[in-house]
Amino acid sequence: MKTLESQPPTKRKQKKQPSKWVKVKKRLLGTNSDRGLIMKVIFYALLISVGFVFLYPVIYMISYSFKDLSDLLNSSVNWIPTHFYTENITRAYEVLDYIPTLLETIFVAVVPSVLQMMVAAVVGYGFARYDFKGKRILLVLVISTFVIPPQITVIPRYILFNNLGLLGSIAAYAIPAGLGQGINSAIFILIFYQTYRAIPVSLIEAARLDGAGEFKIFTKIGIPMGLSAFIISFLFSLVWYWNETYLASIYFGGTLSTLPLELQRFVAAYNNMFPGSGGDGIAGVNEAIELAATLLSIIPLLIIYFISQKWFVESIDRSGITGE
Amino acid sequence: MIKKIMKNPENKGYLFILPWLIGFVTLTIYPILYSFYLSFFDVTITTEGIQTESVGIENYQSAMTSDIEFINRLIEYVREILISVPLIVIISLLIALLLNQNIRFKGVFRTIFFLPVIISSGPVLDKLIGLDIATLNMVETNALYEMIAGMDNILASSFVYIIDNLIILLWFSGVQILIFNSALQKVDKKIYEAASIDGASSWESFWKITLPSLFPMIMVNIVYTTVMYSVSSLSTIVGHIQSNMFQLETGFGYASSLSWIYFILIVLVLITFTGIIGLFNRKYK
Repeated sequence: MKTLESQPPTKRKQKKQPSKWVKVKKRLLGTNSDRGLIMKVIFYALLISVGFVFLYPVIYMISYSFKDLSDLLNSSVNWIPTHFYTENITRAYEVLDYIPTLLETIFVAVVPSVLQMMVAAVVGYGFARYDFKGKRILLVLVISTFVIPPQITVIPRYILFNNLGLLGSIAAYAIPAGLGQGINSAIFILIFYQTYRAIPVSLIEAARLDGAGEFKIFTKIGIPMGLSAFIISFLFSLVWYWNETYLASIYFGGTLSTLPLELQRFVAAYNNMFPGSGGDGIAGVNEAIELAATLLSIIPLLIIYFISQKWFVESIDRSGITGE
Repeated sequence: MIKKIMKNPENKGYLFILPWLIGFVTLTIYPILYSFYLSFFDVTITTEGIQTESVGIENYQSAMTSDIEFINRLIEYVREILISVPLIVIISLLIALLLNQNIRFKGVFRTIFFLPVIISSGPVLDKLIGLDIATLNMVETNALYEMIAGMDNILASSFVYIIDNLIILLWFSGVQILIFNSALQKVDKKIYEAASIDGASSWESFWKITLPSLFPMIMVNIVYTTVMYSVSSLSTIVGHIQSNMFQLETGFGYASSLSWIYFILIVLVLITFTGIIGLFNRKYK
């Protein structure tokens, strides 16, 4: 009390009613706990410009897909084509042999993804819920498989699959995926490991006391409690298998094709389909047609992403990779 | 005997990891050893099967001496990865820090930043690079850019590489942004409060609190970025190995030796990166 009274009254007054300038300053520059308006504007400006750079190729792609030859050559036409021109899309659609290729891509991506998801769940559960000899070393080996480039294993696997007559069939994807050696399997095992470590031991003990077998406990408790890990693993597997072209071109030869593979050989396929193009009325392959094909090849993924983006974006929060 | 082992309920864990164990031995360990073995042979595939002829270390020798294309690509790879990986990690850290501010539409921004992870297959990236939309064309016509591009030294060429591949580099940072963002949200808010009561500015808080608590995730992201970058089909070495696989004069043996050289190089890069980060980490503590 004494110290308060001893303070000069003017100073106390100033603290109670800050001048207008201080108020404005606080608004604009912020305080330690709250950012000011200027900082906020800078943050939004930065985020929006970075976001634009991220989206730039996609916007460019959409814009160019609808440009005809005269728009392409006309430098005053920037983002918005002068008229609605769909020839590029229909032509690319034809060359990609779109619907059959799309169905094949879905087949090639879904089969290994489902297997990879299920195996990663079982293996991750085993690592998380049991203590057995050599567990730590095995877990380190699981993680280390992430670092091994596919280039090392692809030649022996090719020879092996060749001897077994599995080349050119989905088995070349399904078998590694079903044995936990598919694309980035290690990540999925790790996600399930983290998920299942979080289940309380008492829950499992209770089930054991009720006489449930170990595998039944997994199906009755593990599967429902790991649901988000299942969804995340499936979605990421799907996207990674969908986009894989290196392994696909080696294992499948020409028998199974995917949209990315067709996109890879698009220019050659186009020239093959429209020989002598560029002359009589049919446009030769150009930037707009190539971008239309690229757009067509990513549209299914975009649809998957916009339906399930919450799962993708929250995957890392949910997977517990960054700790609890 | 198996019954005896399985008597202990804990050993049932082996049953759960059995699929992985089988796969690991047959589809990872065996191929690794086999490809190492093949790298010392001249392999030809005939209708009767595979024929091998021992050539000693000749594959490695010719890869490192006479395969000019391979050597150039290795040098290029090392240069690119030393620039790209730190850059990608720093960019994603900065973007994650921005996202961690108290802003609206956080979800929309996260969705945009993650989008490239979904759509960037090798051929799509190839098209972007091939059609020159891997960078902003307004930057490339900038006078300053043209001036620097005209210079002939390592800094200038690194700068040109970054600008020319700006969008590709950003597109490689989707997962890393989310990892950093998720880690940032898990830093205890009370520590910041305590620090600000003690008079620490947010700049000081970043260096003293945020960065040290992010070290494990920096490590994770560096490993992740290095691996993803190295095995992506954009890597010219991957393409070189693949084309040698199916070439008559070279074949599987030579391609195996190339992939081993590449593998060792990737591991060396990883050791270098994690070593540097480890040193920093120790200095901080």
